[in-house]
Amino acid sequence: MDITVNINNQELEANQGEMLLDVLNRNGIKVPTLCHIKDAFPTGACRMCVVEDLNSGRLVTACSFPVELNMKIQTHSPRVVESRKTIIELLLSNHPDDCLYCVRNKNCELQDLADEHHVRNRRIRGQKNKQHLDISSASIVRDPEKCILCGRCVYVCEQVMGVACIDFINRGNKSTVGTAFHQGLNTSSCINCGQCIMVCPTGALTEQNHFAEIQQALNDPAKKVVVQYAPSISVSMAEELGMESGKDINGILNAALRKVGFDAVFDSSFSADLTIMEESAELIDRIQNGGTLPMITSCCPGWVKYAEEFTPEFIPNLSSCKSPQQMMGAVIKSYFADIEKLKADEIYSVSIMPCTAKKFEAQREEMTQNGISDVDAVLTTRELTRFLKLYGVDMFRIQPESTDSPLGFRSTAGKLFGASGGVMEAAIRTAHYKITGKELTKFQVQAVRGFEGRKEANIQLGELELGVAVVSGLANARKLLDEIKNGRKDIHFIEVMACPGGCIGGGGQHIGTSEEELKARMGALYRIDENEPVKVSHKNPEIIELYNKFLGEPLGHKSHELLHTKYNERKVLV
Amino acid sequence: MTEVQTILKKYPDTGRDNLIPILQDIQNNDGYLSKDSIIEVGKHLHMPTSKIFGVATFYNQFRFEPYGKYHIQVCRGTACHVLGSKTVLQELEKNLKIKAGQTSRDGLFSIEVVACIGACGLAPVITVNGEFHAKVTAQSIARLIEEYKALEELA
Ligand code: SF4
Ligand code: SF4
Ligand code: FES
Ligand code: FES
Repeated sequence: MDITVNINNQELEANQGEMLLDVLNRNGIKVPTLCHIKDAFPTGACRMCVVEDLNSGRLVTACSFPVELNMKIQTHSPRVVESRKTIIELLLSNHPDDCLYCVRNKNCELQDLADEHHVRNRRIRGQKNKQHLDISSASIVRDPEKCILCGRCVYVCEQVMGVACIDFINRGNKSTVGTAFHQGLNTSSCINCGQCIMVCPTGALTEQNHFAEIQQALNDPAKKVVVQYAPSISVSMAEELGMESGKDINGILNAALRKVGFDAVFDSSFSADLTIMEESAELIDRIQNGGTLPMITSCCPGWVKYAEEFTPEFIPNLSSCKSPQQMMGAVIKSYFADIEKLKADEIYSVSIMPCTAKKFEAQREEMTQNGISDVDAVLTTRELTRFLKLYGVDMFRIQPESTDSPLGFRSTAGKLFGASGGVMEAAIRTAHYKITGKELTKFQVQAVRGFEGRKEANIQLGELELGVAVVSGLANARKLLDEIKNGRKDIHFIEVMACPGGCIGGGGQHIGTSEEELKARMGALYRIDENEPVKVSHKNPEIIELYNKFLGEPLGHKSHELLHTKYNERKVLV
Repeated sequence: MTEVQTILKKYPDTGRDNLIPILQDIQNNDGYLSKDSIIEVGKHLHMPTSKIFGVATFYNQFRFEPYGKYHIQVCRGTACHVLGSKTVLQELEKNLKIKAGQTSRDGLFSIEVVACIGACGLAPVITVNGEFHAKVTAQSIARLIEEYKALEELA
């Protein structure tokens, strides 16, 4: 720190040129922001963060104002507070003002701001926003009337996801955020990742909800209603429930789902193990028989749609394996149905996912058998919390239970799918065993762990040296794919997750999760891997049984029918 | 080669600075910016269509639908404004069930708002396919549109 600045009559240390907002935050001074995005170039658009510069007598935006020597700043002078309050009142003046009916009620930045600034009456009355709700997407609902034009979704969609299907349209008081030609999101290049929902301060972006269908199934005595939950769910619900971040509530979750009325509770980490059996076999097959390399994982439906739209030349590289959600769905309606002596359509299959794109995936044509969907409905982590509340389940007073057999047991490798690098690590463990006949001496593959957007490593599988790369945040994937297009040859296997950090940071997770909390979730997964005995997918006894009794061999005939699929180029407005 | 591609050839530099001139050329040529032409421009400049649409809608000069058979320009200059061009526009929009910048479903009518067209003495003024109509009122507009519709039915 090379200078001191005078803030609220106190000398504070600062680095010349850093943004004033950073200095304030570091020193425990809270200044409200709306358009500000960490690490992004500040636009200064919303003016929510204004402070008073006593030297010039002007109000300046703290997020885009670099500190300088001899600066004198007041962050909460009457003028500042009044100005912020007016901005909020203006935002509210054309807002639908229907908080009580909004999904984001009690978790809305606009509400918080209004509350913090003591907005207690409708002082400014403007004409209400009148725009169409976009419900065209299988995953995302856009309500432009609630949009306060902060631009955070536009930024994330373009800069983090590399999609850019939405942007600011029109100008002045006609400004809105939307797609090209005002098309529905479903015909835009949107990949359904839900990262825009994660940053939206209001209820302008939410997920498509299927509570009604699920409740109907639960109330139907003729239906067997089964549920699966993704590997990341048990470690990412804590924030939703008001528990300590990184807490693993697996047992409680099982019990809670039974209380709601699900007839069988399965763990998608089991089918993640199944994915690993198939995918490692596919990888070895491609390497030994001259198949298309690098092979790229396809468990992330956001990434798959991205590839279909933006990089169709890489479709042959996509693993033909369905995702764990879909594999589980397929096995539930075949193997499990046989055991229970049920027909596929007598089962209603729900999955709980950290992800909005999973809603889209479950609806895909490719994910059906004889016209029956593998998975019938998908709930996000957020929706699950609301669902549990509706059923009066008290997550603090409930005894842990275990999952149901025969699709409930998991290895810790399957559990690792929840974080970026986990699929890779699980695949390496099993591929090593398949190639060398021996287990790894050390299971942890440190190089593919952690939060970075891109991780690379060279892995020795006996004689074979395997170049692997792990990317999350699709903008990072695009860069890697460009390198490969330009001739890079040293990578044989790539894991791609659309969302930064993988599923623990998915678009269906708790809104307002900090980076520390994400790391706590990641840590929880690593701890589980550390502490439990079955660390490889091929040692999962229920997986072994599934192959013995039903599937036969990985990549065998039954597997092909149930667990593998194909993708095609998708023509959308990119 | 499509006409859009011919236009794009004039801009070998794929910098985004060229976006506005390119869009202007296309609109001069086609009368509007079609979805297909925006896609082509996007490929040429490596820009998402949403961005191009965003930029294009920022400026009033661009339209996204072809002109109607009868293209109506409504003057919103000062003199016309003072004499009620706002009501004129509203009347037209209501009658044709389209907004300025749009084209009616049957492709017959389109509306465009323009600045002073130099006929202030006749305010408020509209033109239909370049033909001036002076001192228009709500009634005269309704009549005018009926006449054009009748013309169509004869044809
Ligand atoms: S879901 Fe993802 S791709 Fe779609 S608009 Fe939101 S951020 Fe963009
Ligand atoms: S939709 Fe939400 S995130 Fe996007 S600009 Fe509007 S308020 Fe901001
Ligand atoms: S947060 Fe600083 S201007 Fe929006
Ligand atoms: S203002 Fe309308 S013609 Fe001049």
